Amino acid sequence: MIYRESGQFKTSYKADQAILPIFQDKIAMVLLMIFAFIGIPLIANDYWLGSILIPFLALSLAALGLNVLTGYAGQISLGTAAFMAVGAFAAFNLQVRVPEIPFLIAFLWGGLCAAGVGILFGLPSLRIKGFYLAVATLAAQFFIEWLFTHFGWFTNYSTSGVITAPPMHFLGIAIDNPLSKYFVVLTIVVACAFFVRNLARSEIGRAWMAVRDMDIAAEAIGINLMKTKLLAFGVSSFLCGLAGALWAYVVLGTVEPQAFDIARSFEILFMIVIGGLGSVSGAFLGAGFMILLPILLNNIGSLITGAAISTETIAHVEYMIFGAFIIFFLIVEPNGLARLWQIGKEKLRLWPFPY
Amino acid sequence: MDFWFFIEVFVGGLLSGVMYSLVALGFVLIFKASGIFNFAQGAMVLFAALTFVRLLEMNVPILLTTAITMGVMVLLAIAIERVVLRPLVNQDLIILFMATIGLNYFIEGMAQLIWGSHVGVLNLGIDEYAAFEIGDAFINKFDVWAALIAGGLVIVLSLFFRYTVVGRALRAVADDHQAALSVGIPLRTIWIYVWTTAGLVALVAGVVWGSKLGVQFAISSVALKAIPVLIIGGFTSVPGAIIGGLIVGCGEKLAEVYLGVYVGGAIENWFPYMLALIVLMIRPEGLFGEKIIERV
Repeated sequence: MIYRESGQFKTSYKADQAILPIFQDKIAMVLLMIFAFIGIPLIANDYWLGSILIPFLALSLAALGLNVLTGYAGQISLGTAAFMAVGAFAAFNLQVRVPEIPFLIAFLWGGLCAAGVGILFGLPSLRIKGFYLAVATLAAQFFIEWLFTHFGWFTNYSTSGVITAPPMHFLGIAIDNPLSKYFVVLTIVVACAFFVRNLARSEIGRAWMAVRDMDIAAEAIGINLMKTKLLAFGVSSFLCGLAGALWAYVVLGTVEPQAFDIARSFEILFMIVIGGLGSVSGAFLGAGFMILLPILLNNIGSLITGAAISTETIAHVEYMIFGAFIIFFLIVEPNGLARLWQIGKEKLRLWPFPY
Repeated sequence: MDFWFFIEVFVGGLLSGVMYSLVALGFVLIFKASGIFNFAQGAMVLFAALTFVRLLEMNVPILLTTAITMGVMVLLAIAIERVVLRPLVNQDLIILFMATIGLNYFIEGMAQLIWGSHVGVLNLGIDEYAAFEIGDAFINKFDVWAALIAGGLVIVLSLFFRYTVVGRALRAVADDHQAALSVGIPLRTIWIYVWTTAGLVALVAGVVWGSKLGVQFAISSVALKAIPVLIIGGFTSVPGAIIGGLIVGCGEKLAEVYLGVYVGGAIENWFPYMLALIVLMIRPEGLFGEKIIERV
């Protein structure tokens, strides 16, 4: 009864295309924002902020980036982690070469560099598609990982091949405790989420979806395939690069190139498939799921560990459960958590009446 | 540049390429028959090799071991078809692909849970380091054996595809699922056959790789090496997997030896992918793949 759009008439095209067309959604979004910006900092402790919420937000951003490419524009990529690495290392290098640059500018620079590299490795998408393209993006994954491992210039010739993020300051305030870091990440991620949501309903977003559904048909109705696909790669990699910079600066602090290996790429791909392809909320739901599942398994594992089971065995069982869970999930709801959310909303619309 | 050294690197590359082909074959079989890119192939290789080596460690005679392992792979194929593939019929390819990644985690965990993760030593009675000389070049004997095994496997598979009833049914399914179903070919049975065959190929690959590297977790990552092989040869071609393997094998060895020194080495990891990328730019369906025809 409460969630019902009857009586909300749209009298202009502008209203019809609003980001949140339903009044209840607007309230829910405002409440969510209040909760995220005020509620969580009040109740969450440092463990929750530092080990769960901040990684969750950073990976959500990466998932959002991949969702632009795979969910909206239909190009599968297995090189997400590589683009994240570009963002992280570019931001680091800018700050090392020009120390007085504020970190936000460095993050932007990281995103832009990642976008450039993304467009470069997106070029094959003009000629190949589907799994062939997915494998082509693996080239980016392995090449970039190798590049950062083998050329000292990128790590500023650190002997261990590891970069350490310089301390961050914003308007004279040092950003060094989990709470301030949380605010930085949250602000960036929320801004990006609204950016993507906006982009998706614009001409660009609709062109992406047309290309996703059938690129030949899209070309026939006058969409410039090259521009559209490369733009998708660019925007996607920008967001991934930003996420990578956040991952390096805020989450880890000290990073080696191996933090962005192929397993990370797969993890992010899992997030968007489980969360739901082609939806902003799906990226967040998927990231939440993928962050919480291992922690949950771990806790259950350590609960049982009192007995004579080795940690190695636990790790293997965790692997199995993780794999089984993913298969189970794909079988039960191939369209992801976002779809479940949608079904829930449909139900709410009618409740408590049967129809 | 030393001519004999070049020959040595070249032949060594060709022979290691054959080993990649062995893994790539498993991918091709499944892709051909069901259009699924089976990421779990590497885990299957690991599982088969671990089963094989642990049974040998228990002093089971080698013939019995082979028989048991083959049986296990058949059971695995049936289980995969029943539990994973059947509920996912008609889903998007990306969903199926993700499911095989899930499967990959599951099998990797299962293999090590059942058989333990310590390194297994597999000795096929061939010295891994013995070599013979041609001119001034040293050729590794073990690699030659591996190449012979791979060659034999390809011939057997080609004959199987061409002359048996099951082989013909497989080709029909690969061509068109619906048409195959309408002439009475049971899709589910065929899928079990395909996954079984892929499992057996994984067994051969696992035994060969395992006796070279030792049976350990790392051999499941050999699958990542097989992917560019697949691309270059084309996803749907059995001979393509072999040719692709040869190209990747000698390409990466030559590049490592002659280019690697200029850029800091270890370019083996990405060079095959770059090679694959170049091939794709020229021929998007790989060298031997079926031409992709698109209709609106």
